[in-house]
Amino acid sequence: MNLQLVLDSIVAVCLICGALMSLAAAVGLLRFPDLMSRMHSATKPQVLGLLLMLTAIAIQLRSWSLVPLLVIAWIFQLLTSPVSAHMVGRSGYRTKHRHEELLKIDDLDQVVEAAAQYRAGEYRRAAEAGEKAEEAAAEQQDIALPDRDGPPENARFDDDESRH
Amino acid sequence: MMQIVLVVVSVILSLAAAGAIYRMARGPSLLDRVLAADVLLAIIAAGLATDMAINRHLENLMLMVALSVIGFIGSVTVARFVSDKR
Amino acid sequence: MRKRNSLRQELPLIIWLVIVWGALWSDFSVGNLLFGALIAVGITQLLYLPPVELGGRFNVLHGAGLTLNFLYQVVAGSIEVAYLALAKGPRLQNSVVAVRLRSSSDLVVTATGHIISLIPGSLVVEVDRSTSTLYLHCINVVSEDGADAMRATVRRIESRLIKTMGSKQELELIRNEPDQHPARSGEEGAS
Repeated sequence: MNLQLVLDSIVAVCLICGALMSLAAAVGLLRFPDLMSRMHSATKPQVLGLLLMLTAIAIQLRSWSLVPLLVIAWIFQLLTSPVSAHMVGRSGYRTKHRHEELLKIDDLDQVVEAAAQYRAGEYRRAAEAGEKAEEAAAEQQDIALPDRDGPPENARFDDDESRH
Repeated sequence: MMQIVLVVVSVILSLAAAGAIYRMARGPSLLDRVLAADVLLAIIAAGLATDMAINRHLENLMLMVALSVIGFIGSVTVARFVSDKR
Repeated sequence: MRKRNSLRQELPLIIWLVIVWGALWSDFSVGNLLFGALIAVGITQLLYLPPVELGGRFNVLHGAGLTLNFLYQVVAGSIEVAYLALAKGPRLQNSVVAVRLRSSSDLVVTATGHIISLIPGSLVVEVDRSTSTLYLHCINVVSEDGADAMRATVRRIESRLIKTMGSKQELELIRNEPDQHPARSGEEGAS
């Protein structure tokens, strides 16, 4: 009987927290100033929200054979949600949704600009994708890590973080 | 106790859905609306999950998975065609 | 016509499909799994995809650490984004940060991008495959220090991923790294 109460409480907490994650997403949608920030609040808390909801279901039904199914439902969301967020973010960045006044640092600006100019010049080339990447890479050499003094090839080994 | 939880969760989810619908109606651009629709789908999925947890059944699970797939395909498709216009 | 993948390359995919099949039926009996395997082989032969180049190793211990760390960061990030929505709202400022990864394998770059995208507060806007650079949109990052912290986080995730499933060469890259510029990292910290 006592165990019942504990499990019920866990279910209640999971359900309410999961619902709160949805509410957080909606509040973010309403209050954030531009598309990109809205996207952060829209897609991400749902990952945790769904996990909590599925945990609640698993505890309520108390059957182990169900767990793989719920895990797979969650993994599918893990696999799909970044992809859709990336697609929306990518096209959002490249259209009118990029508000410069809201971006403090922007490392991508020049790369996209160069790629756009390049494409305007040689739009119909068959090897467009590869060339675009090279162009971006060439541009990248100059701006990728402006605070480093070495060439970028070395700069990527400089980080002292991996020491730990 | 479960009845109280059900009421609390319903209120929270309704508020969230209202917010998402407001953004969908208001949203300055197409992508905002798509994003809000995505959130609304997730809220509906959360409602279905709550129903399953409280009434102890599994009938909505496939519907939930289908909803998330629809949300995924929808937002990817729209984002794909709102293409580079700088 | 494209070259067919060998069965050994397809094996992880087939195993994954069989697990999905079993889970969907909530039935892991031998007969059901065998039938699932039959369907999985049929699907991979009929609708083949370009092979995913795996590193050829998988460390369960590091994988578990990665998963736990991931869950912790998802929880922390969700709370942070919810707090920002309530406290900062319209006054929020963001940054787009370029992060160079060390690995050049598609799998590790993709997985890193995925994990970064799933952790609230950061989002992959663009990927440059030739230099394996990720461009992240980071919420509430307003200074170079914040951007550096974000880069450090991403690289830590990448090194965990490589320890979990990277190839031997990538592992060497990670292992040699701290020794490569022992003096310079101090300067970097000071500047």
